[in-house]
Amino acid sequence: MSATFVRITVDGHTLAVEPGTTVAVALLNHGITAFRDSVKGTPRGPVCGMGICFECRVTVNGVAGVRACLVACTADMIVQTGGVA
Amino acid sequence: MDLLVVGAGPAGIAAAVSAAELGARVVLVDQGTAAGGQIWRRRAGEAAPRAARSWLERLERSSVRVASGGEIVDVDDGGGFVLSAPAELITVRPAATVIATGARELFLPFPGWTLPNVVGAGGLQALLKGGLDVRGRRVVLAGSGPLLLPVAATVTRAGARLAIVAEQAPASALGAFTRSLWRSPRRLVAAGVLRAGFLGTRYAAGTWVVRADGDDRVREVTFTDGSRSWREACDYLAVGYGLVPNTELARLLGAATGASGILVDDRQATTAPGVFAAGECAGIGGAPLAIAEGIIAGTAAAGVAELPRSAVAARARERRFAARLASAFALRDEVYRLADDETVVCRCEDVRAGELGGVHDPREARLHARAGMGACQGRVCGAALAAARGWSEGAVRPPLFPIPVSALIARAD
Repeated sequence: MSATFVRITVDGHTLAVEPGTTVAVALLNHGITAFRDSVKGTPRGPVCGMGICFECRVTVNGVAGVRACLVACTADMIVQTGGVA
Repeated sequence: MDLLVVGAGPAGIAAAVSAAELGARVVLVDQGTAAGGQIWRRRAGEAAPRAARSWLERLERSSVRVASGGEIVDVDDGGGFVLSAPAELITVRPAATVIATGARELFLPFPGWTLPNVVGAGGLQALLKGGLDVRGRRVVLAGSGPLLLPVAATVTRAGARLAIVAEQAPASALGAFTRSLWRSPRRLVAAGVLRAGFLGTRYAAGTWVVRADGDDRVREVTFTDGSRSWREACDYLAVGYGLVPNTELARLLGAATGASGILVDDRQATTAPGVFAAGECAGIGGAPLAIAEGIIAGTAAAGVAELPRSAVAARARERRFAARLASAFALRDEVYRLADDETVVCRCEDVRAGELGGVHDPREARLHARAGMGACQGRVCGAALAAARGWSEGAVRPPLFPIPVSALIARAD
């Protein structure tokens, strides 16, 4: 892809990703496998990739519970992993 | 608005375009970032797959209004649909509706399935289409169904080391199915092309995953062929046992469903007045069937009495093929019994199989153990328990997808 990279911040680190990349793919490509903790504290990451399982929830621009697989990265987006439940 | 179409995969696009070309004012709602659904998923700016192009071009040229990133979360008694957009809630009142909500994967619990990097087979496909980088990674693919072939080809093309493709159906069933394909040479060629996409990898019939192990993510998978067990190291395990129709919206509308999905008549009409259904949500059958059903549903929903003949013929042909596929890839009993007492069944609420010993239906599972009470609303564990224990699906309650409290408050104001 040739379009300009989009910069996002994930847990305080800046990433440059290709436009159109979902948040889930951006995090996985960055080496993040645990997106959140389950109610009993076990790490979870994306499963269904299509908005059904809700395992990939992260906080995006202050909004908790966003399904990372459904949202495309946009400029200056701030993503936080490690939310509970 | 004359017609609301929910879901912008092949069925929804075909329905929306067909109705719009007949003069209907159509709104097409989809939760994804772009029209195309799962099978025609691609990144922004990326060329669409060939099969999708003519439909996407017709959609582009049509008067259809596409509302991406939206979900229907509720319905009211007056024929209104509540659209989560997602920051605000909007009520729309269409004269007719086509439900084209597609299907999700069937996930069956096994020890270790909650480890990060254990994903669905279709899930991995979706992530790869979104640009997941698996170059040099070791991937194992397992489960059942024709979907494993294109996923294997995509994984290989993406530069991963695909260690094995494990299909639970026995070689005898697959052999009989493959031999039956001489009657449809086009399908035989398509299967051959897909297989050629991962020739360096073993396609093991009669083989399934019994457990996954790891630490911060999956590291190793144990397979069995029923007599012998062995382990494979991996970075990703992708496993899916076929597809489950998404019937939640139809059930909320009071439309009848059966074991294979939303019930429809020859016009693709459901039992709920003014509500049609097309595609995988009305029975698993692949994109060509979804398109045929979408054309019929869109035409009927636009008020045209005579159904398009070529679509009716294609629907009959594709449904016969879908029935043969379903029987070839029928699931063996063993894959329903992989969870031990400690295995989490409801991933949202961390409910273990041992806590579900004495419960007999989805309602009891919710009341006694909170299984199905979490964010996915039983879409994962409910389908698994329905498949494994013969339970009916649980009751559907709005909102169909979680909505921000701020959107609710704004609506109340």
